[in-house]
Amino acid sequence: MRGGVRMSTVMTVRDALNRAIAAEMRRDPRVFIYGIDVADHKRIFGSSRGLVEEFGPDRCFSTPLSEDAMTGFGLGAALNGLRPIHVHMRVDFMILAMNQITNMLASFSYGAGGFKVPIVIRAVVGRGWGQSWQHSKTLHSWFAHVPGLKVVMPARARDARDMMIAAIRDDNPVVCIEHRWLYDVPGEVPDEIDPNALSGCRVVREGTDATVVAVSWMVVEALKAAEVLEKHGVSLEVVDIRSIAPYDGDTVAASVRKTGHAIVADYDWVHCGFGAEVATGIYEQCMGALRSPVTRLGFAEAHCPCTRPLENAYYANAIDIIRAVEKKLDRAEIDLTGEEFYSYEKKFKGPF
Amino acid sequence: MKDATIVNRHSRPGLSSVRPHAVPAVQLHECGPDGDAALQLDLYRKMYLIRAAELLIQKHYPEDEMKTPMHMSMGEEAIVVGICHALKPDDQVLGTYRSHGVYLAKTGETDRFFAEMYGRASGCSGGKAGSMHLFAPQAGLICTSAIVASHIPVAVGAAFANKVAGNGRVVAAFFGDGAIDEGAFWESLNMACLRKLPVLFVCQDNGFAVHTPAAERHGYRDIAAIVGQYDCTVFASDSTDVHALHGLAQDALRAMRKDERPCFLHLKYYRYLEHVGVFEDFNAGYRPRGEFEAWQSVDPLRLQRTRLASMILEEQIRDAEARIERQVQRSLEKAREAPFPEVSALCGGVFA
Ligand SMILES: Cc1ncc(C[n+]2csc(CCOP(=O)(O)OP(=O)(O)O)c2C)c(N)n1
Ligand SMILES: [Mg+2]
Repeated sequence: MRGGVRMSTVMTVRDALNRAIAAEMRRDPRVFIYGIDVADHKRIFGSSRGLVEEFGPDRCFSTPLSEDAMTGFGLGAALNGLRPIHVHMRVDFMILAMNQITNMLASFSYGAGGFKVPIVIRAVVGRGWGQSWQHSKTLHSWFAHVPGLKVVMPARARDARDMMIAAIRDDNPVVCIEHRWLYDVPGEVPDEIDPNALSGCRVVREGTDATVVAVSWMVVEALKAAEVLEKHGVSLEVVDIRSIAPYDGDTVAASVRKTGHAIVADYDWVHCGFGAEVATGIYEQCMGALRSPVTRLGFAEAHCPCTRPLENAYYANAIDIIRAVEKKLDRAEIDLTGEEFYSYEKKFKGPF
Repeated sequence: MKDATIVNRHSRPGLSSVRPHAVPAVQLHECGPDGDAALQLDLYRKMYLIRAAELLIQKHYPEDEMKTPMHMSMGEEAIVVGICHALKPDDQVLGTYRSHGVYLAKTGETDRFFAEMYGRASGCSGGKAGSMHLFAPQAGLICTSAIVASHIPVAVGAAFANKVAGNGRVVAAFFGDGAIDEGAFWESLNMACLRKLPVLFVCQDNGFAVHTPAAERHGYRDIAAIVGQYDCTVFASDSTDVHALHGLAQDALRAMRKDERPCFLHLKYYRYLEHVGVFEDFNAGYRPRGEFEAWQSVDPLRLQRTRLASMILEEQIRDAEARIERQVQRSLEKAREAPFPEVSALCGGVFA
């Protein structure tokens, strides 16, 4: 509080998304939200809470199980002036809509004489719980590969609020990929809204020895690694990517020029993944300043297995980041006994 | 096209897919003389195996050692047993993430089943798949999928291959009333009817996709009547009597052989537990407990036990039940003691 004026509020990522959507629906009667189970009592892990009550079943509704057709439905509604928000409980179900997304939505404003396509597609990604390979993909690089789609992955509550508002106001299709483990994480959300929230990376922790470029949940893992490494005299800089497309390579390059080392902690498969894009940008901009090749971390080259010991090995985490940093800096392995890391049972409770 | 629009209704006609499911009138089908007792006991044993295995899962799931999302079969036992028992051993089946019943009805085994629930190397998929992806190719269970309707076209292709091979095998695809929302269902049905493939489409209609009732997803009244316009034979039933459903399946298979075309079964049942998980969810407000209680009066196991009691000694029934209980208990204990897969298994099997 300054002079009796509130400057920020602490809220979870779930509430930040929920409030952003509700506020935009209040502000703009053209906005509506729909998707499988959007209006049931679980409300997409609580993120669509209160919307059907406040805005009624014409602006918040559950749909038949018809991902591709419901995406085309959104396009049609957008062409005629509405601003749809389409929700998928898992990104894996959104794959069924790839035709409409890539063949129709993405190219529409390019070829179709001045049409705008103000659609937000929200997709939840998860982890843990033994849900195995059909409920655990991320695929941001698939979407980001296609011109005409914006792809964002907020990790902090303030970004969740600002990016959702900006996405709804944007006149282009915006894919918002939300990690469920982040939903419960509280963070400071300033009263002021960032109107340019859809682009730009953020340095979320400053450091001097190495840079970790992190995507979504990996921001949490990177901050954990930084916390552990700090106790051993290593200073890690953590960059939260936030937006996959458009991608802000300049912020990453500035950080890597300072530290000389870069690790991309992606939340997807490595081969042909977003990390390759980041690495190329670093090579293009920081060749002379690099003191080691860029390291890429991500999912193992397999399908997400159900059983926990294999699932744990499938995901990269803070420990992998720590080991990668040690290698780069030519330091001995830190004894990590006694350190607590995150798991399905022990999730990050914040705040950021 | 012969009789394309005739729907064979095995119990009360005219039931539409409007919620709530009306409880079917209890009307045990008459059994033949003595020789039938063996069949009736077999049907009961198979249902009892499914129920006993799931009651055990229900008991131990809260210990959090079975780290896999459970979609329980409780309530649908008569359907899966009635149909699987009518199939020849080398006929093939495909199912959804809710396939405990299908797996157990097809295989009768519980060692590999429980090991998979516990994520152990001795599981039917080495622990990699979990509850949502049960496989038993040697028993004809060639695919289960947790992407709704994605297995239905696979069934049609498998039937095509069987037809090409001339091996006389039938392929049964089990799916829910949510799957018929998806284009993949209609496209598959069309192809199967067009090419006159030996596919038995089994729609297990529990009136809900997760929590969203059919009335909020279906812009039509009667799926069976619509499918009746395709070049296939259609049967509809709301019976929970395994003997009746077994007879229906036999009729269906006979019709398939005689007319050399697919068959579609629209079968109603009541899902006893929450969509995913081992608990009741009547306090969530989307369906009343009274409905469940009404369906309890026609619980498939209860009906079949009543029938058996008039055919064989109570002692014989108890003996059969006790054997099954010992079997599942032993399997559970073995699974808990079995080792997890080695981490080196993580990337094995990605390619054949
Ligand atoms: C393509 C796809 N969309 C959405 C989901 C999420 N989902 C899982 S089960 C389910 C409901 C399916 O209902 P139904 O087919 O009736 O089967 P039931 O669970 O009732 O057995 C939904 C929507 C999914 N798994 N796949
Ligand atoms: Mg259903």
